[in-house]
This record gives sequence, structure tokens and C-alpha cells, in this order.
Amino acid sequence: MSTRNILLFGCLIFVAGCSSAPGTWGWYVIDPRTTSGYNNIRFLLNGFGATILLSVIAAAMSMVIGMLVALPGMSSNRWIRLPSRIYIEFVRAIPLLPMLFWVFYGLPVVLKSMGINISIDAFWGAIITLAISDSAFTAEIYRSGIQSIAKGQTEAAKTVGLNYRQTMRYVILPQAIRRILPPLANQFIYIVKMSAFASVIGMQELTRRANELVVTEYRPLEIYTLLILEYLVLVLIISFFVRWLERKMGSDESR
Amino acid sequence: MSKTGNAIEISNLNKWYGDYQALKNIDLNVAHGERIVVCGPSGSGKSTLIRCVNSLEEHDSGRIVVDGIEMIDNASINAIRSEVGMVFQQFNLFPHLTILQNLTLGPMKARGMSKADAEARAMKYLESVRIPDQAHKKPSELSGGQQQRVAIARSLCMEPKIMLFDEPTSALDPEMISEVLDVIVDLAEEGMTMIVVTHEMGFARRAADRMIFMDHGEVIETGTPTEFFEVPKTERCKQFLSQILQH
Repeated sequence: MSTRNILLFGCLIFVAGCSSAPGTWGWYVIDPRTTSGYNNIRFLLNGFGATILLSVIAAAMSMVIGMLVALPGMSSNRWIRLPSRIYIEFVRAIPLLPMLFWVFYGLPVVLKSMGINISIDAFWGAIITLAISDSAFTAEIYRSGIQSIAKGQTEAAKTVGLNYRQTMRYVILPQAIRRILPPLANQFIYIVKMSAFASVIGMQELTRRANELVVTEYRPLEIYTLLILEYLVLVLIISFFVRWLERKMGSDESR
Repeated sequence: MSKTGNAIEISNLNKWYGDYQALKNIDLNVAHGERIVVCGPSGSGKSTLIRCVNSLEEHDSGRIVVDGIEMIDNASINAIRSEVGMVFQQFNLFPHLTILQNLTLGPMKARGMSKADAEARAMKYLESVRIPDQAHKKPSELSGGQQQRVAIARSLCMEPKIMLFDEPTSALDPEMISEVLDVIVDLAEEGMTMIVVTHEMGFARRAADRMIFMDHGEVIETGTPTEFFEVPKTERCKQFLSQILQH
């Protein structure tokens, strides 16, 4: 189903809802023409900021952690490789929701026992969880992208005197980035969607707000439909931006 | 660092890939200015041998001394690599950089040279390999022969004392082989110390001081090109020459 069809389908539900018998549908809860509907919509849309901020910071952290994990993971020394391997296998095996609970409720206890008194609020709890959970995947994306650059490039860099850091910076990464970008964008979309889990620890993002409104308005179908459309719009905007970026980098290469 | 009489001294060199022994007790001394051609059937260890000289392959035992520097740790490997240039069968140019950037990357980043100096040097060597007009193109826009000449110029920009060539013409179309070999012959005539792994026997006759024939990880025969081609001593070498010179 193309994105256009999905949008059409969404509109169809809306139209059907407006015209059918009262009681089955209740789009009034988010009808901007009424004061309460307008306020409800504002309440729901206000979650965008938190969802976006959460996702962007988590993705940025995941990209950094992923690189720190991926680079030693490609060492020829197995003892340097090992911790990176363990991290990836371990993190990848933990479902997001239990990890979120552990970070939010468990981590402060661990820190306290170590004499560090930091309370982790919902915002940072969610960010840390999303970043760590995603970093295992990011690391694997980096590894496959970097390893897809032929070994000869590293060897040539060595013979012109470049050290490891210079080889990565000037030779390998500029070539790998084009292969890394599409799967990395996929991961970002994944983070945006997974950020919905932050609602369970009280983070006021899109899903949390929808849940709260459902509790007061008893209109789950209409509110959750809007929620899904909110995520759809967000993801489509990201996709559009990524495709633009890919085109831009692709054309740089072919010139 | 004591200067020895030889550019390269290899003694008792061994190299294994798992259970397979790729190099067996290799002894080889290369004098300053000497031009050596290594030949032999594929899998004979000739590429492995020259890749050990700049430590692209780690050897398992034996001693390698390059320009008086013994290969013992990372520092000595770096010191050796700065004396040794290498040209690969597959060129290995950096595809995302222009020809000029390919040539200036090493001098600027590894040697800290200014951009202007590095570019002046790059143009000098591009002229010596006869392609100064391609400086601002990307490698993919050049022919194979031109790319390999750029690769040679890129090595020369580091002003090495020794050049290693690993089958430099094997990936080239036949009509481009001579333009690359001519450049290598020029270098040989300027007195560059070099080890060339190649099947180009015409080139070997023209440029080599000494031939080395390898098979199954061992040096089987060594001698001047005249001795080597006219009166090969071993049966394996005769067989190899008859196969390679048939065409």
C-alpha cells in the first residue's frame, strides 16, 4: 500500500465517522471547530516537541556510542574485539520495555549504592534507554558499512603514511558514509516509533498525551487514529529529508 | 640506526596462513639501487614476500631490516613505511578524492606539509608520469593505465627510497601495459631501489639487475636476467619459463 493510499484510507475513516450514526463515531473530540475539540488537538499535538527531542537526542547519542563500539569491534586483536561483541549481543537481546524499566527504576538504585546521587527523570531515562538499545544496531550498521570498503583502501592509506585515525577520517569514513546513511535513517525512524514506550514512565510525548486524553474522553478510536497519523507525518517528513540527503551525497560521488 | 650496505635484508623469513606455509626460510638482500624482479606461479608467495617488507602482512619468524631499520615494533614499522612506496595490482586509488588530492593526502596529513608545497610536489610527479592535465579529475574518469600511473606518482610523493610493485600491470588492458612499464623503467634508470612482482618478462630483461624465481613459498632460483632466461638451472624454473614465454 503506497503512502498515498494509506492517507486516503485515513481520510475515508474520518469522513465515514462524520456521516454515520452518533454513538459509533465521535470525531467531535478532535473537531477543531469546537472549543473542547480544538483544545484536545492542541493537547495532542503538543506531544510532538517531546517525541522529536527525545528521538533526536537519543539518535545522536546512539550514533556516537555505536561508533565507539564499532571501531574496536573491527580490530584484528580479538581481545579488543571481544568487549564490543559482548556489548552488541547483550544489548541487542534486551527488549526495550524491560530495559526502560530497569534504567528508570533500577539504575538510580545502582548509582546510589555507588555513592552517586542522581535521580533520572522520565526524559533522560527514556533517552538513555533508547540510545543504548539502538546503539547495538548502529554499531552493526557502521561495521558493515566500513567493512564494505575494500581492504586495499586501508593498505594504500598505510603506504602513504596515514595512521589509523587519519585513514578512518580521510579515506574510509567518507566512502562508508554513503552506504551507512540509508540503514542509519531506518534506525532513526525506528527510534521515533520506539519513543512511544517513554509514555509508560510518564514522559509527556505523543502517545502519553493520547492515552491521557482517552482516559478522560473515552474515545480511543478517534484519538489513536490521530496518534497514528501524527507518527505517520513525522516519519514521512524524515524519509523525505533522508532521500534528499542521499541524493545530495550521491551526486557528490558521481561528479 | 646503523646504516648497512643493503637497502633490504631479509633472513630466515617464515609466514604461515593457519597450517599453510606461505613463505619458507626466505633469505634476500637487496642492495641500494638494485632492481629485482620476482616471478613465479600464482600462490608461490611472491606477493606475500613483498607485502612483508612494509608489514602489510605480518611475518611469523625471521628478520627484516629495511634501510638500516629493523622491523621490531610499530614505531619501526612506521619508520620503514615512510621509506617504502608501494603500487598495487588494483591501483587502490581513493575514489572519493581527485587525483591531486590522492597525491597530496599523504604529504599533508602524514608529513604535515603545507597545501601549496604538497600540490607543487604532486604536480612534479604527475608530470613525471606524464598526466599533469588529469589533476582535477576523479580516479574513475581515468583509464586503467592512467590510474596506475597516478598510483605510482602517489607513492613517489612520499619520496620513498624503495619502491615495491605488486603485479602492477596484471589488472590492465594489454594496450595500457607499456605506458605503465615505461614509467617504472624511468624510475629504475633514476636509480630507485625496487622489487617488482610481475609476469612481464620483456620488462624484466629491460630493467632487472636480478631475477628471483619463487615456487611454493621458496626462492628456487636467482640470477641475472641473462642467466635466468638463457640457462635456467632448475627444472621447475624451465617449466615456468616455457609456459610463460609460449604466448
